[in-house]
Amino acid sequence: MVANGKIVWVSGPAVKADGMSSVKMYETVEVGDSKLIGEVIRLTGDVAFIQVYESTSGLKPGEAVIGTGQPLSVLLGPGIIGRIYDGIQRPLDEIAEKSGAFIGRGITTSPVDMKKKYKFTPSVKKDDTILGGSILGAVEETPLLTHRILVPPNYPEATITEIAKEGEYDLEHIIGHANSKNGDKIELKMYHKWPVRKPRPYSERFDPTIPLITGQRIIDTYFPIAKGGTGAIPGGFGTGKTVTLHQIAKWADSKVVVYIGCGERGNEMTEVLVEFPHLIDPRSQRPLMERTVLVANTSNMPVAAREASIYTGVTMAEYYRDMGYDVVLVADSTSRWAEALREMSGRLEEMPAEEGYPSYLASRLAEFYERAGRVRALGSPDRSGSVTLVGAVSPSGADFTEPVTTHTIRFIKTFWALDTRLAYSRHYPSINWMQSYSGYLEDISKWWKENVSPDWYELRAESYHILQREDTLKEIVRLLGPEALPDEEKLVLEVARMLKIGILQQNSFDKVDTYCGPAKQLKLVRLMVMFYKEAQKALKEGKSLADIRALPIITTLLKAKFEVTDEQISKLDEIEKNLSDSFKGNMKEVKVTV
Amino acid sequence: MVVDGVTKASFDELVEIETNDGERRLGKVLEVGSGKAVVQVFEGTTGLAITGTRVKFLGKTMAMPVSQELLGRVFDGLGRPNDGLPDPVADKFLDVNGEPMNPQSREYPTSFIQTGVSVIDGMLTLVRGQKLPIFSGSGMSHNILAAQIARQATVVGTNEDFAVVFAAIGVQYSEAQYFKRSLEESGALKRSVLFVNLADDPAIERIITPRVALTVAEYLAFDLGMHVLAILTDMTNYAEALREISAAREEVPGRKGYPGYLYTDLANNYERAGRIKGKNGSVTQMPILSMPADDITHPIPDLTGYITEGQVVLGRDLFRKGIYPPVNVMMSLSRLMKDGVGEGKTRSDHMEVGNQLYDAYSRAQEVRALAEIVGKAGLTGVDLKYLDAGDSFETHFLKQSPDENRNLDETLSRAWDILATLPEGELTKIKDKHIQQYYKGSK
Repeated sequence: MVANGKIVWVSGPAVKADGMSSVKMYETVEVGDSKLIGEVIRLTGDVAFIQVYESTSGLKPGEAVIGTGQPLSVLLGPGIIGRIYDGIQRPLDEIAEKSGAFIGRGITTSPVDMKKKYKFTPSVKKDDTILGGSILGAVEETPLLTHRILVPPNYPEATITEIAKEGEYDLEHIIGHANSKNGDKIELKMYHKWPVRKPRPYSERFDPTIPLITGQRIIDTYFPIAKGGTGAIPGGFGTGKTVTLHQIAKWADSKVVVYIGCGERGNEMTEVLVEFPHLIDPRSQRPLMERTVLVANTSNMPVAAREASIYTGVTMAEYYRDMGYDVVLVADSTSRWAEALREMSGRLEEMPAEEGYPSYLASRLAEFYERAGRVRALGSPDRSGSVTLVGAVSPSGADFTEPVTTHTIRFIKTFWALDTRLAYSRHYPSINWMQSYSGYLEDISKWWKENVSPDWYELRAESYHILQREDTLKEIVRLLGPEALPDEEKLVLEVARMLKIGILQQNSFDKVDTYCGPAKQLKLVRLMVMFYKEAQKALKEGKSLADIRALPIITTLLKAKFEVTDEQISKLDEIEKNLSDSFKGNMKEVKVTV
Repeated sequence: MVVDGVTKASFDELVEIETNDGERRLGKVLEVGSGKAVVQVFEGTTGLAITGTRVKFLGKTMAMPVSQELLGRVFDGLGRPNDGLPDPVADKFLDVNGEPMNPQSREYPTSFIQTGVSVIDGMLTLVRGQKLPIFSGSGMSHNILAAQIARQATVVGTNEDFAVVFAAIGVQYSEAQYFKRSLEESGALKRSVLFVNLADDPAIERIITPRVALTVAEYLAFDLGMHVLAILTDMTNYAEALREISAAREEVPGRKGYPGYLYTDLANNYERAGRIKGKNGSVTQMPILSMPADDITHPIPDLTGYITEGQVVLGRDLFRKGIYPPVNVMMSLSRLMKDGVGEGKTRSDHMEVGNQLYDAYSRAQEVRALAEIVGKAGLTGVDLKYLDAGDSFETHFLKQSPDENRNLDETLSRAWDILATLPEGELTKIKDKHIQQYYKGSK
């Protein structure tokens, strides 16, 4: 029975309705005469608390509330990629068509074009056995992505009685019939719906052992994240959270990227929309938009839909994972999502925990991050896919002890701490190399050793050690000045400076420097470590530190990151040769050219 | 104020209140249900009695009458004329709360606005449709800077309709007058719309002031195709008013007693800036706020910084040194600079020069700190050069007069003057071709 109640109370996005005894928790309801979309978040007797996903301006007590019988769900099928959705999977381009440049209310649209025909190629035949999650066939969603048509994961084992031949079908076309073991007839289409708050099932979870290559030196080399892993980027405003997330979304070597703009700036979403179609994926030479889906709930859009946007995004990510793909989901920012929870909690007059956040904040964060993972998908054929979750955190006052940051840290394994001081001195990405860590380092080092170079782990450790020593020496310099240090230690400071400029700093807006492949990363690090060793040797041989500092090779090393492209990587070998020559003889005479 | 016996009120609806003496005030519905409505009275509750006060629900949300005739006029904080002239004839009525702009329909801001202020044009470039606040402290020269920008801002090589919308939120009379005079003197008043809520006006009115101002700004920009610069000062007063209401409603507070929805509420104002595909105009926002006790981590500047596209931070040290504009460039940032500068927009070396200046000035600061410990004698040759570069940055580049309008070429040429004092090898952020073209120093 469908619930049919009446509004009794309105306060912002929170609405109370009575006569709702037949409604279920988290059921979607239509609120008021303009049929605003809402979700039931608490039931007391026959009174339902509803969070409304649209502005409630003008809503009156007495207006009707009608249940839909369904939990908040997303539609999963071909046509999702390349789109931009609001927090409850309404395409923003269609909203724009219906209500102009400003977002109107009570608009219902279909998340994907149900009439568009796709060329379906079956991969099962009559009498094949299918399970929930099995692949039925494939369509080309974009030139970059083959969309595998899945049996809904909650379907029982069944035998195919009929499957469509290769051909063009729209989404409502029944492409297959099957009989389940207890004789139920099942109809199969190219799409299905899935409730957003329920993680999609899988058969087995693997250890994350393959790194996600992002082309960002400080991430890949120093604080890597694994495919199927979790990471957080906390940082005050202006520290470059969004730019770092954009970089990951652009260059990560995953098949699909889900970008959630949760309570952030409108222009940032527009930037992605404008920029991504023109950016070319370095691996496939296709526009990045052909693998990206955006969920945008900007800071001025209704706050309840902000809460839903995270779940909408992660459910879509899991769907592509189930096809056997690596998916990266970036959420900017989880703090705004937490604030949406806080606002709803406040309106419901719940007892607050720290800073007004509800006490279930930690468990909600845990539920979200636990939806990451590299898994074996359900059904046949055998395949694995992953969802990597990266969330930005916007701590108030850049204070990492606030609740959202402290709770997030408990549930993630890679921590990229953005540092306001580094950002002020325009050291970007402003990831602090002393505060950050990666829990995947040991797990993924095997991949680097096998695929890039056997000495990866050592080079990383040696160069990191220089940075660590600099950090301690800096204290002494601060108290006594640099002249108090012996030459050997001054050299550490010099090489640390080179590492900071030549490796850690990376210009996202430079055509060359924006992406740095693993091979180039390793070579650059090797050059720096070599320079350090040669210079140490030179000092022991009695050469002066001033002469070493004046070596023209230093500028070459520092500019190599943007003067040498990934394609001309052999130039770095020439620099390597020049580097050892630089230290020969009385040093000053060596000219360096690249 | 809680009203009883309410039958047909709706959320957010406008309310007219009539006191015992027949005085009329405006309010809006904050909460409604079970025959009661919580109403926020814009002009304060002084003189309202439990019996005898009558309330009329107007069945509409608050709207601002808009038309071209608004230009050159002065209004109060609720959008009613207070320059002694009659009500302007309305072209239409617009809901002051506005509606969120669809990200899909936004045009990404990329046109460079030349403000004539070196530090902003060179390092913190403003672009059309950006929201760039000024974070200041009490007594500093934010008003002079905002007025200078309002006077000088142009998009080079174009001659399009330009308008200023100015909202004074809880400011002193003299500050509001300063802006009015400054616009008058430059002849810009006839292209401006002023909204004035003074410090002694009811605090509650302040909630509405930026909203009416931005409604007018959106109208001028997207209906009439003008390029609008909206200056909102002082957003700290706005947030204080919000806190006052929140406390009165006994809401669960977030940080420092501000309501948990402060971020969302501020965003609803700040996000009303930008450009729209297929439309000519733009809304560029420059909110001004004074940081309580110069503390940038205070919730108001903190949350603002998370919403706006950068910030211009004024520094007490520079202000004391007598440098105008006292912009602390290290703490300041323009997020849209990268898209508004470079080849075809300004000059191909613009971004790199800006970055190198940041780097140089930041090194200069470190060296300064070091020099205080070890003395100048303890510094090496390169360090000394940075020290000089830092000084000349402040005197030759940053400092300028409030009526000095520098074009971009002059700004960049001054920047290269400073970089010329450093050895070529230090310029690690600039590509070799630009060094060959512009570098004037020695090898």
